[in-house]
Amino acid sequence: MFSVNQEPFEAIVQRHGPRVLRVCRAVVGPTAADDAWSETFLSALQAYPTLPAGSNVEAWLVTIAHRKAVDQVRGQSRRAVPTGDLPELASTGSGGPGGWESDLWAALKALPLRQRQTVAYHYLGGLPYADVATILGGTPQAARRAAADGIAALRRAYLTPEPDTRA
Amino acid sequence: MTTSPEATDSALFAALPEVDADAERRLHARLAGSAAEAGLLDVAYRTVDSPLGPLLLAATGEGLVRVAYAREDHDRVLAQLARQISPRVLRAPARLDVAAREIEEYFAGRRVGFDLALDLRLSAGFRRTVLVHLTDIAYGTTTSYAAVAAAAGNPRAVRAAGTACATNPLPVVVPCHRVVRSDGTLGQYAGGTDAKRSLLSLEALRADHAETGVPGSATRPEPA
Repeated sequence: MFSVNQEPFEAIVQRHGPRVLRVCRAVVGPTAADDAWSETFLSALQAYPTLPAGSNVEAWLVTIAHRKAVDQVRGQSRRAVPTGDLPELASTGSGGPGGWESDLWAALKALPLRQRQTVAYHYLGGLPYADVATILGGTPQAARRAAADGIAALRRAYLTPEPDTRA
Repeated sequence: MTTSPEATDSALFAALPEVDADAERRLHARLAGSAAEAGLLDVAYRTVDSPLGPLLLAATGEGLVRVAYAREDHDRVLAQLARQISPRVLRAPARLDVAAREIEEYFAGRRVGFDLALDLRLSAGFRRTVLVHLTDIAYGTTTSYAAVAAAAGNPRAVRAAGTACATNPLPVVVPCHRVVRSDGTLGQYAGGTDAKRSLLSLEALRADHAETGVPGSATRPEPA
């Protein structure tokens, strides 16, 4: 006998939805985040009745979101035929110029995927490095290093004022 | 002065909103829609305002399965539904649009019967038989627990008929409020005795109205 989770799924959406959205946005960007979030919660809803009671729901959701985001990133690179510089897709979200959808996302997007994932799962998903390592493979130490590198790169790209780059 | 590195690093993401109410609403609606489409919306619910306070309405794919007054504690009722039916419970108003409209019409005095698919799975055996017979009691009339027991096929099971009414999972829609004690007192009701009295007054007013054509009160809208 094992006991399973019997809390209404709606409570899971309310409690974890915003944080998972933040993770999806940081990993796949503003345009694709809606799809990643939707696919994550639909998969989670399907599997939910068999989730053992006492599971770490946040880690479970981030793991599903990770798989959905990886599918999307692969899909994006398949679709991205190398035809020189393409203009950025227009954002469909609410962030204006200077909001996360331009500057912060540009800086996140410039990170290697693994650093971006590590940073998102640890800093935005709130998962300890041990859990991040379980999701991404590798050791917790490697996850910690990837996150540190990612944060350092983000600081340089996003927080450091750039002197006169357009002159 | 020192700031923890974690805090400083979290500040990096200050531009990425922690709560984005518009996006969350949009995504929730999309999830409810795709869950229904995928056959994963085992229990949909919404609330509807009524003169007796907010009512929780819940439906399975088969029909309306639960109506609950606020005094029953909606969160507790949802937790029960998750245990008794399925934890795949989502706030998904679309499945309950018709039920919500009919209940609003009922409280406005514009509806005397419900035309809704019902799922009686929360009630079994004799209790369920009682519920089926309760739907035969006409709007604006009352009957006794003894008569309900007899109609359900067991005239001696008066107490069990009372329990069936008191544990009716679909109050208002399955009219257990029309069953009163033979001494004329109201008897138990999930929504409380005051709620039972209000429903009977509402129906008496409307029933008078229909017979005599005399307007009930100046503040009541004409029945459509």
